[in-house]
Amino acid sequence: MAKITLDNLAHSYLPNPKSEDDFALKELNHDWVDGEAYALLGASGCGKSTLLNIISGLLHPSQGRILFNDKDVTMAPTTERNIAQVFQFPVVYDTMTVRENLAFPLRNRGADPAYIKERVQQIAAMIGMEDTLNRKARGLTADAKQKISLGRGMVREDVNALLFDEPLTVIDPHMKWELRTQLKSLHHQFGHTMIYVTHDQTEALTFADKVVVMYDGRVVQMGTPQELFEKPAHTFVGYFIGSPGMNVLDAEVKGDTAIIGGNQIALGAGFGSPKGKVELGVRPEFTSLSAGDAGLPVTIKRVEDVGRHKIVRADYQGTPINVLVGEGENISPDMNRVVFDTAGVNVYSDSWRVAPQAA
Amino acid sequence: MSLILEGVSKVMNGQTHIHPTDLTLQSGTMNVLLGPTSSGKTSLMRLMAGLDVPNTGKVIWDGNDVTGMRVQDRGVAMVYQQFINYPSMTVYDNIASPMRLLKQSADQIDTAVRKAADLMQLSPYLDRKPLELSGGQQQRCALARALVKDAGLVLLDEPLANLDYKLREELRAEIPKIFEEAGSIFVYATTEPEEALLLGGNTATIWEGRITQFDKTPIVYRQPVDATTARVFSDPPMNFINVQKTGSDLDFGDGQSVSTASGAFAGLADGNYIAGFRPNHLKLEKETSSALSFTGKLMVTEITGSETFVHIDHHGENWVGLVHGVKNLEIGADLNVYLDQSHVYIFAQDGTSVAPASYATAA
Repeated sequence: MAKITLDNLAHSYLPNPKSEDDFALKELNHDWVDGEAYALLGASGCGKSTLLNIISGLLHPSQGRILFNDKDVTMAPTTERNIAQVFQFPVVYDTMTVRENLAFPLRNRGADPAYIKERVQQIAAMIGMEDTLNRKARGLTADAKQKISLGRGMVREDVNALLFDEPLTVIDPHMKWELRTQLKSLHHQFGHTMIYVTHDQTEALTFADKVVVMYDGRVVQMGTPQELFEKPAHTFVGYFIGSPGMNVLDAEVKGDTAIIGGNQIALGAGFGSPKGKVELGVRPEFTSLSAGDAGLPVTIKRVEDVGRHKIVRADYQGTPINVLVGEGENISPDMNRVVFDTAGVNVYSDSWRVAPQAA
Repeated sequence: MSLILEGVSKVMNGQTHIHPTDLTLQSGTMNVLLGPTSSGKTSLMRLMAGLDVPNTGKVIWDGNDVTGMRVQDRGVAMVYQQFINYPSMTVYDNIASPMRLLKQSADQIDTAVRKAADLMQLSPYLDRKPLELSGGQQQRCALARALVKDAGLVLLDEPLANLDYKLREELRAEIPKIFEEAGSIFVYATTEPEEALLLGGNTATIWEGRITQFDKTPIVYRQPVDATTARVFSDPPMNFINVQKTGSDLDFGDGQSVSTASGAFAGLADGNYIAGFRPNHLKLEKETSSALSFTGKLMVTEITGSETFVHIDHHGENWVGLVHGVKNLEIGADLNVYLDQSHVYIFAQDGTSVAPASYATAA
């Protein structure tokens, strides 16, 4: 297992990049701690696959260095990096049996047959394919083939890192649960350095120790799921993480109060006088409906019952506000105001979070 | 107007894809087909569209038997998981193409195309080619084309599956609004329970070529007719435990039991049953005095930022709990969990629901 260092790293697909806009991956300095599980999360085109390809050696960066355990591997080919990779679509040898597929990376490296046998058995148990070990991969379902790909990715214990590129996209929701849980307990057991690329927030948050949120070629925040939820560093993080995402409202902020469309609310902490475009960000989880006089007067457009809670789609002077209401709670017709829990109110200046002043 | 399937079935290469199925869909409704991959969603849609002819049964459209009528002769629009557009045509021409085939006037076409483009937020891109658009825009282009066709029946086969999570969330919120206005029969296939709930309308749960239940979406979710429906319509999966009814006592093991003298479980015959409950109803605190209490081994926790999934081994059964807040718990340790009686569903050994959870029927 290895520590992975990104030193001054940047990449442009253009031969002579001129401005920052020309870079698909903007300058990045970072240490990936040995043995941690990371998720790279972002929308298509945010640069997450570019970064993964640089780490795996499929792509050489136009600027900067990449180090494995402090050794420069920037120009080293994939084969010399000693990493295992699992891709979005299954890569399986159809003419081989499931057992041969799983054993392949070990055989290639001349591992001891007794060890191979034992290790393959272990992995097969983990992916739930012990009963199909002797059958040919041809004709198996896409789910089963992807499980083989995952198993083969994890069969070697001596890799520097395990890289996953949207590995569960083709898997059914129920099976996703199982595989994700298995990956997680495997990480707990063996402590591999894992990097997992996905656009699915649930996968990223539940899998990783640290989630790296990317937007427009930049890492906008790296943190634990709790940090991303409670203190989104950028309005994009607030929007992208959470279902629905954070409510964002234009506001004027002075000290510990905010004025939103003519209505004043208390912020619970001082923020001075933030510069630039000032916005409040409040997650639907910190937003509630009220029949009282406090809060913002809204019109309720729609209530969606999503089982374990309801999503109330409200409108405040043309700005949508989403509110979460518990499964058993009633919404009475006189609830026409939205109230924010001050613990969940964040202030943004030009899209970046402003830290509250110490009391 | 309505679409009625009467005893429709489909067998291909000796394999039954659809068992004899009855289903009635009304105009202006959103109907979700919910089931895992290969459960028969696409097969059923192909029968509705007329792309396949059923082995038995009849398809009745607006009172007329259309079984065997070609798809071209029916008013059907279909959108697939893969974005299908004409790459050499502009977005405008792509959207206009079904209307041109019907030889409608240029004015009519222009009005409809611009309205659909507006709804799908494609107005700035009408002069572009599909491949110059993002994946989400390409699929919106395919959806807009289905919309202008003004078909009586619109079939959407996992239309958002290939899109980014966030984009899916946005389109999912838009789709029911758009379709409410259009007044057609909408059928939407998905593998995801959450998508069915967000779309609302009606849901048919499908399992191994059979519709297990068809009703308003929240009813199918809260009052599943059997354990299969409950399992299909639960993500994370529903948890199960074997229970035994003797006299006035329903025994959950671990010294936990519920009196059946009155209440939701009164009237159960003596015997073995399967109790089911949803992950979000499993609690880490005893919130009600009558809550059942269990101890399991904590296998894995997953934190989403605002909630924690706890995976528990309870006497060899895997249970999942979804609890509020971020919980840092010790893996491998024993964990006490609690379950309110009102959240328990009771199924017979064959899976048939015999006592729905009382919270679900109270509302």
